[in-house]
Amino acid sequence: MTEKTEILIEIKNLTFSRGSRKIFDDITLSIPKGKITAIMGPSGSGKTTLLKLIAGQLQPDSGEVYVEGLNVHQLSRKKLYQLRRKMGMLFQSGALLTDLNVFDNVAFPLREHTKLPEKVIYALVLMKLQAVGLRGAKNLMPSELSGGMSRRVALARGIALDPEMIFYDEPFVGQDPITKGVLVKLIKTLNDSLDLTSVLVSHDVDEVMQIADYICVISEGKLIAEGSKETLQHESTGYVNQFIKGLPDGPVPFHFPSVSYAEDLEASRKKGGLI
Amino acid sequence: MRKQTKVEIWVGIFVLMSLLALSYIAFQVSNFSGWKERPTYEVSALFDNIGGLKTRAPLKLSGVVIGRITAIEIDPVSFKARVHMNIDQEFNQLPVDSSVSILTSGLLGDQYVGLDPGGDEEVLEQGSEIEMTQSAMVLEELIGQFLVKFSESD
Amino acid sequence: MNGFQSLMQEIGRTFLEKVAVFGRGFLFILSLFSAMPSALLRVDLLMKQIYVAGVLSLPIILMAGLFVGMVLSLQGYNILVEFNAEEAVGSMTALSLLRELGPVVGALLFAGRAGSALTAEIGLMRSTEQISALEMMAVDPLKFVYAPRFLAVVIALPLLVLIFNALGVFGGYLVSVSWLGVDDGAFWSQMSSQVDWHEDVVNGMIKSVAFGLLIAVVALFQGVNAIPSSEGVSNATTRTVVHSSLGILGLDFILTSIMFN
Ligand SMILES: Nc1ncnc2c1ncn2[C@@H]1O[C@H](COP(=O)(O)OP(=O)(O)OP(=O)(O)O)[C@@H](O)[C@H]1O
Ligand SMILES: [Mg+2]
Repeated sequence: MTEKTEILIEIKNLTFSRGSRKIFDDITLSIPKGKITAIMGPSGSGKTTLLKLIAGQLQPDSGEVYVEGLNVHQLSRKKLYQLRRKMGMLFQSGALLTDLNVFDNVAFPLREHTKLPEKVIYALVLMKLQAVGLRGAKNLMPSELSGGMSRRVALARGIALDPEMIFYDEPFVGQDPITKGVLVKLIKTLNDSLDLTSVLVSHDVDEVMQIADYICVISEGKLIAEGSKETLQHESTGYVNQFIKGLPDGPVPFHFPSVSYAEDLEASRKKGGLI
Repeated sequence: MRKQTKVEIWVGIFVLMSLLALSYIAFQVSNFSGWKERPTYEVSALFDNIGGLKTRAPLKLSGVVIGRITAIEIDPVSFKARVHMNIDQEFNQLPVDSSVSILTSGLLGDQYVGLDPGGDEEVLEQGSEIEMTQSAMVLEELIGQFLVKFSESD
Repeated sequence: MNGFQSLMQEIGRTFLEKVAVFGRGFLFILSLFSAMPSALLRVDLLMKQIYVAGVLSLPIILMAGLFVGMVLSLQGYNILVEFNAEEAVGSMTALSLLRELGPVVGALLFAGRAGSALTAEIGLMRSTEQISALEMMAVDPLKFVYAPRFLAVVIALPLLVLIFNALGVFGGYLVSVSWLGVDDGAFWSQMSSQVDWHEDVVNGMIKSVAFGLLIAVVALFQGVNAIPSSEGVSNATTRTVVHSSLGILGLDFILTSIMFN
């Protein structure tokens, strides 16, 4: 693997804490242009936080994030907003604007950032909705959608402006197997046909393995593995092996950091708890 | 888009309602239009005592407001109070020998100027002076007079 | 000694926290004003927010204005009739409404109706990541969400107060002239001789603009700083109503002492 790939997003010595908890401790990683990079890690390990740091929505304690060679956290508000026009983000919760219906939600970035005539917007929106299989839901309000549906609408909205890079936060959660397959294909096609750079946060090892070119695994504030999927698949030990095979026991802790279970139970017994 | 139209119509109705309210308050409730915009002519009168008369008090003819007090000053020659008033141009047939007196509406009400028309052929016009005036009745003076008379007759 | 020390420490910390809140509030107000030009350019957004804040508050303002005017003149009549001065009921009703009750009661109702809704809306938009999503779509929430709402509140309240006042006077007319039999002409002439355009009407309007600014700042600030949870948003909503109501009453005293002295 000596093929020279252009780096689009570069994270250098990033440290970030929430209160006294360190979410990231000196992480360094780079995301190649035009590829699908998957970020994997146990729940609560800070994958969503990492996306928000890249987009400049959170300030790191130390370290830098470069997107297209620009230090995201040093940019003026105006420059940052210009950069964000090139980004699409699919939020884990969907984050649709609740006072607009599905159609207007997808049309929203087009109406805000382009002067396209309403006819063209209509055609574009229908195309994006068709791609996620929700053309028929265009008049529904976000409160009338299921979780999986709203995430697909959010995906349509994220790709409405044909961004240069797109961040997917858990696109497969809550989708049935058929939709999952369609989404996998969609992400792949988008990436290849539009020369997008995709960052995919997901737990779904199977789907990730189908499409990701490059995989990073984070756990407990550290980057514990990175490489092409072939390299990671052949790793047979340690964290990565456990994560990819989905084994409950291993070096990756399943539980949120805490005192030992026995200690907690002891404390509850002293307080007169049930056990 | 249809929703936006509905919003715009309602905001239009809202603004219209508040404009109506504003003009109601301006013209019906307050003295905004007052006697400023309609043509008026100014006359003046000398009073010994104006009591509690204030500027903007009405000038009434048989109880109908026909003008308003615009200024009150001390006449430098006679040291009496000179009261200037604007009379609506509509009432330009008032005889020149009319008399004015300072009256009180109700027992505790505000003071106003009442006009009693005379019989002369000549009429009041811009700059005229009303010669016949009757000052305000000051309660303390009335009581004083009453007490003096009371003790005299004793 | 130790207890005293920790008490002082506690007072000091609380004080500094309050100062920090004021500092943040001040910066927030500055950024709102800096976004005013773009809010004025987005007529569509402004319209929608005037609809939400103004038109939707109309029913409560209409009803309240009418009843307040009716009660005022009923009470006024009962007092004035003893002095044989019941014709002054019109001017008394109009003066109380224009100078005090219109702006104050209107603003209190508005804070409860529109201010609280604004805080809840912003708080929920934050907790459901809608604000984050806007930022990610390169749409500045300051220009798209906060500034139009701020401007709409500041515009809507004076208009509502005008309507409140007009209805109040009309309610007074209904009670005193149609019901209690005060003379029609005397009612209006007393009123228009007593009520001064500048002194009473304009000053009352200035008050309502000041109250509008207060409600807008409090409601937005509470919404933006609400903890993004159900409890956090509901607490912030309560704080909006409490803070802006107290603020209105305090500010009213200050303005009255400046204007009518
Ligand atoms: N607003 C916040 N305030 C305080 N702590 C937070 C906040 N948001 C997230 N955290 C903490 O940061 C950590 C990382 O959160 P994040 O949402 O990035 O996890 P994640 O990897 O995306 O998890 P998941 O796979 O479940 O979505 C979590 O442990 C959480 O406790
Ligand atoms: Mg997450």
